[in-house]
Amino acid sequence: MERLTFDLAAQPLRELNTFLHTGAKEGKVGHVTVLNPDGAHNIAVGLDCPIEVEVVGHAGYYAGGMNKSATVTITGSAGTGVAENMMSGKVHVKGFASNGAGASAHGGLLVIEGDAGLRCGISLKGGNIVVGGSVGSFSAFMAQAGRMVICGDAGDALGDSLYEAVLYVKGKVKSLGADAQYEEMTEADIAAVASLLDQAGLDHDPKAFRRIASQRSLYHWNADANQEY
Amino acid sequence: MCGIVGLLVKTPALREKLGELMVPMLIGMTERGPDSAGLAVFGNPLAETERKISLYSGLTEDGADFNWLGLTHELKAHLGVSASITPKGNHAILGFDIAPTVVKRWIKEHHPKLHILSTGRSIDLYKDIGTPAEVAARYGFAGLTGSHLVGHTRMATESAVTPDRAHPFTAGEDFCLVHNGSLSNPNGIRRMLEPRGITFETDNDTEAACRFLEWRLREGDDLETALQKGFEELDGFFTFLMGTPDKLALIRDPFACKPAVVAETDDYVAIASEFRSLAHLPGVKHATVFEPAPEEMYVWNA
Repeated sequence: MERLTFDLAAQPLRELNTFLHTGAKEGKVGHVTVLNPDGAHNIAVGLDCPIEVEVVGHAGYYAGGMNKSATVTITGSAGTGVAENMMSGKVHVKGFASNGAGASAHGGLLVIEGDAGLRCGISLKGGNIVVGGSVGSFSAFMAQAGRMVICGDAGDALGDSLYEAVLYVKGKVKSLGADAQYEEMTEADIAAVASLLDQAGLDHDPKAFRRIASQRSLYHWNADANQEY
Repeated sequence: MCGIVGLLVKTPALREKLGELMVPMLIGMTERGPDSAGLAVFGNPLAETERKISLYSGLTEDGADFNWLGLTHELKAHLGVSASITPKGNHAILGFDIAPTVVKRWIKEHHPKLHILSTGRSIDLYKDIGTPAEVAARYGFAGLTGSHLVGHTRMATESAVTPDRAHPFTAGEDFCLVHNGSLSNPNGIRRMLEPRGITFETDNDTEAACRFLEWRLREGDDLETALQKGFEELDGFFTFLMGTPDKLALIRDPFACKPAVVAETDDYVAIASEFRSLAHLPGVKHATVFEPAPEEMYVWNA
């Protein structure tokens, strides 16, 4: 497989994304290196073929957004909305990620080795997210399906209004959101955490994590609640 | 949306290059703020009794042809004060050694359309409408020197696009603030401050935050205490970057609705709304880059 390099200091971003949307599908190029991303927005968005993209440096907003099948690695940090609405494949951030990481992801795996900002995994729809560091407040808000593994701490209102997504946290949780609750870790949970940590390349004891899931008390309108919510 | 930039140089040799390093930072935030731009730069303070004020003549009938030298002659004739003037088109820095309130009252009486941008011993302030590149070229930002600066690119949402509503805002002496976001209670803050004799010059929400924090500092709060009171009283979305003669300070609202990123090396601390404004800085590839947490105070000393 061929390798290709795009230097965003010399080439416009559109050249890179156009190649990734068209030429990359021919299957001859297996690996693309992106130099000098310098915080540009929309790097490697909307990919839909199994290519490897390595972004060397810091990416701006929405890097790897809507990813399908591709593997996008960012060696630095990622701005707001990294891997937003990912469908499949993998987005791996070696540094930290800003707000809304993995928002609404339907599938695939998002790995953030550092910390993630606020609202990580908001409205998660089936994707998996592994965060090596801590996540900010309101993470996994209204998350519907998929799993989040948080190796550090979590901010306020973790898992507020959760649906069927499941969260695993190793560190301290500042507060749980409405309707989220701690549950017993089963053998299946430990195996799931072990598998996700393994895919993320992070070394933690899966047994040290706590499971958080929905109480499901907000699923149905309760006429007896006297308009309290 | 708006863009924020800040730069504080630790290495004295870089003070000469402060403006040169900053201009690409400001221009990098053009997409976030294309309608106005401005910055406040802090340098070595004047002597205890001296003051300087930055003035903007763009709102007067003469605009950039304002007779700045004539202004110093008038001040000599009326107040007996020998003032220095450093003009640059519609902008000038006026220096003198009497109480600034006397000079400012005289200016307001005799040249009501002359806009006073800042007052102090360390601060020079420039702001105008136009793209960041246009404003930077208009005032020669690349040639500015000093220890630290606070800059802003504006995309107006809360008040009109006019030079006096551009950022930075100032209050009192040697204090400025830039804002990305929108406050929900600026009128409540105004109603609290106005009975205390604090007057406002615009209907801009950021001015309320600026005057609130400067009022706390004047009441004796240290910067950290004032910022804590800011968290308690100011409601809405904000990333604020503030400058004093010896400090840069940054805070973000509890929801971190507006972005900020910091790059720090042995030579400088650089702050911007987004990394793309930091990407050109020397040595940034090896800088410590981090995102400031919400509701935390970040204070850097010049």
